Amino acid sequence: MAVVGRACLIIAFAVTLYGIGAAIHGARPGNRRFAESARRAVYATAGLITFAFVILEIAFLRSDFSFATVATHSSTTTPLFYKAAAAWSSQEGSLLLWAFLLSVWSSVVLTITRGRLRDVTPYATAVLLGFAAFFIGLLLFSASPFDTVAGGAPAEGTGLNPLLRHPSMMTHPIALYSGYTLAAVPFAFAIGALIARRIDAEWIAATRRFALASWLALGIGLLLGARWSYVELGWGGYWAWDPVENAALLPWLTATALIHSVQIQEKRGMLKIWNVSLTLATGTLAIVGTFLVRSGILDSIHAFVEQGNTIAWAFTGLIAIICAGSIGLVVSRRALLASEHRIESLLSREAVFLMNNLVLVAITFVVFWGTFFPLISEALTGTKHALGPPWFGKYIVPLSIILAVLSGIGPLLSWRRATAVNTRRNFVIPVGIAVAAVAVSLALGSGHRPAAVLMFGACAFLLGCVGQEFWRGAGARKAMSGESLPVALVSMVRRNRRRYGGYLVHAGVALLFVGIAASSAFQHVTTPTLQVGQTTNVGGYAIHYDRPTAGISTHDGRLEKINLGSDLTVRKNGKFVTRLHTERGYYPTDDASLGVVGRYFEGEQTSEVGLKAGAARDIWSVISPDTDPLKNVIAQGDKVFGNAKNLPPQMGAALLGQAITGIVDRYKRNPPPAQFRFIVSPLVTWIWLGALVILFGGVISIWPPPGGATRRVRAAYMARVGRESAATTQ
Amino acid sequence: MGVALSTAVLLAAALVYTSFSASSEAVRPSQLVSHADPGRSYHLTGKVVDGSIHKAGGTMFFKVRDRDAKSAARAVEIRYTGSVPDPFKDGREVIVDVRKGSGSTFVGAPDSLITKCPSKFSAKKQA
Amino acid sequence: MEALIIILALAVVVWVVSGPLRHGEDPEVAEAGRRAALDAAKDAKYREIRDAELDWRTGKLSDEDYREQDRRLRAEAVEILRELDRLSS
Repeated sequence: MAVVGRACLIIAFAVTLYGIGAAIHGARPGNRRFAESARRAVYATAGLITFAFVILEIAFLRSDFSFATVATHSSTTTPLFYKAAAAWSSQEGSLLLWAFLLSVWSSVVLTITRGRLRDVTPYATAVLLGFAAFFIGLLLFSASPFDTVAGGAPAEGTGLNPLLRHPSMMTHPIALYSGYTLAAVPFAFAIGALIARRIDAEWIAATRRFALASWLALGIGLLLGARWSYVELGWGGYWAWDPVENAALLPWLTATALIHSVQIQEKRGMLKIWNVSLTLATGTLAIVGTFLVRSGILDSIHAFVEQGNTIAWAFTGLIAIICAGSIGLVVSRRALLASEHRIESLLSREAVFLMNNLVLVAITFVVFWGTFFPLISEALTGTKHALGPPWFGKYIVPLSIILAVLSGIGPLLSWRRATAVNTRRNFVIPVGIAVAAVAVSLALGSGHRPAAVLMFGACAFLLGCVGQEFWRGAGARKAMSGESLPVALVSMVRRNRRRYGGYLVHAGVALLFVGIAASSAFQHVTTPTLQVGQTTNVGGYAIHYDRPTAGISTHDGRLEKINLGSDLTVRKNGKFVTRLHTERGYYPTDDASLGVVGRYFEGEQTSEVGLKAGAARDIWSVISPDTDPLKNVIAQGDKVFGNAKNLPPQMGAALLGQAITGIVDRYKRNPPPAQFRFIVSPLVTWIWLGALVILFGGVISIWPPPGGATRRVRAAYMARVGRESAATTQ
Repeated sequence: MGVALSTAVLLAAALVYTSFSASSEAVRPSQLVSHADPGRSYHLTGKVVDGSIHKAGGTMFFKVRDRDAKSAARAVEIRYTGSVPDPFKDGREVIVDVRKGSGSTFVGAPDSLITKCPSKFSAKKQA
Repeated sequence: MEALIIILALAVVVWVVSGPLRHGEDPEVAEAGRRAALDAAKDAKYREIRDAELDWRTGKLSDEDYREQDRRLRAEAVEILRELDRLSS
């Protein structure tokens, strides 16, 4: 079946090339049927890639090791869920996933816009097919998922890295890839609109939900990565300003700016150049993000492939083409992109949205500069220089504070020109809440971190503004319809999903920022080495090492991993707070150079974090047991088993099990001091809570209004408009 | 418009200026062995030399060599305290911020050790 | 077996993609497209009318500004409705 998969890709490649030609030809008047044929080419490509993807998935689920990629990324002992997800854990599998998602969204957008945007769609189709051709080309010529193992299928696969065996690590790539591929849709339509010189708001309206979906998916991907990092890795942080993290953040930032900026074009016909540029930037940055993970051009914990490979060069070429093309098009169409109006007053929603755009672009620039600085500095000075998290924080923190404040102000101002009286009235309560928040946090002793205090104030202001909007909106609805307040609230949100969904997102962002500020600024960390029975103090808590734990995890009768850990008790001021259990898992390795026993202690290791999360603070713990005292007895075991090569396998396995159990028990009976890492971090939970609120708000914002409600509204308004028009035409 | 442009220029200037002074040079072990200014911070990338890891109390010692070096001749000795990432072991690729210490040992900045995940394309963060 | 699947896939693809070239464009599709675009414009205009009212009721728009905006937006809505009527006739 690998042959069929490969054939599908070959046919798909031919179809995309045909489609590009047909689309461009079909853009000419009178050649409509070629544009239609190109649209069908997109459907055909989607069908073929889906088929190829299904073939690959089935191969993984069946553990068909004749597929080279299955043999190197899965094994018979991998749990089913992770077998399915292992399909995209490889270079070739992830490229296939990218192509699959792109072809699906392309099909959706072309179906939705059937018959509309007739000047623009052919070019957009060509761009989308162009991306598809690029990725399918890579799959055919550089990284094929359908290579077969020479000499027949091996009996067992290499298996999945144990650090990946976490649900979020399986969904995180899908979320990010969805975000990247969804960004290609508005990009394609922006290019089409520019080429066709149809730069009114229609192309934006048609692709608005795709931009929003891209934003949402990227946000989910980023937050899943942060969450996984926090609960799974022995580090205790959630964000490191690593190049690949930043690569996903960049398009998310420009998408955020875009979502807000398009409203100004819809309402006032302004910021057209901004919207086109932000759309093109988001699409380009999505490709850059895809490229960064697999290029090796930047030192990163995620950059895996050797430098200078074909794929890196191909991506560089693609990025150069889309950058040059985008800039060229915008410059040549700049007369058409002129604003219909000017900003009349600084105290207006469009002025604040514009400032918002500027701040987001500034943040984007800071992140971009910091991420690519090694390459920039090498180009400018000849030596590579790297920037660390403190540099990022220096700029991002004040910009984020400004962003929070602007997000509160913007929705409370009217378009064109807000009256000073109204403005004063609208901001009294939120400002009051902000001042109160600052006072409270100072009283709680946070004065030594002024930036955090300012952030608390800004976010309190933002929450106050959002709360006020909900309150007043529900009140207005109640006045209009006579519904009770809770019902009015719900129906108001249902009828204005875009606005109130957006407000919820702002509220979520406020919670997120507060969580980040508190957990960064007021964290307590300690890395003590403790004997059993010892206590250490951190952040006002006393953590006591009760006893060591040691055990073996088996799966289907095979030894999966060895666990060495600890039970801890946490107290505050003598009162019991919680028990924690943290351990380290030792996975066996297949490395033949290690001894029979030794290979159970020298393979991959994972940390099982002992975490007590709370609304006010998290207590986080990991352990690094000392296995050096066991080395002698392990070496002895290696020698014994090395000499006893003639044992029947069943007996050998049983004896080995006994030996390992013995060693593990020895650790428990005579535990050496272990190194721990304890972190007490306030308000970390607010980060995850804020993330959920953002997700909820984003979904509400995207959700299309129900057909029924629109009809009712339509009828009512048509009646009123009709009466009005009848009155005016008399 | 003018205000926006001038703020942008100011921000860009600030960025450029501080980035050069706040950054640390990214080096390979062979480069560090030949020239290292005491007191300067370096961003070192390389592979852990097999068998070079040993712990003494809360401190860890290990050697780092160039990724494509054949021998450990021009390897750098590091003294490090702080969190050790899960995949850290012999032969793994690491990134760590270091300063020249006494003698030929370099001192790693606490908690700055990053280990690249070994498998070819799969995992994400380890710090 | 596998060759058969491949040939089948190829045949389906060619048939699907060449459809419009053999039949030409469906005039109803073009018509439906124009109507859909006007419908979208109408919905957007109604949303603007509602948004303006909400802004007024929550104290962001003064009475006079609201009256002027409302009148303008409704006139624009009537235009779109007239376009739609012309399309149907």
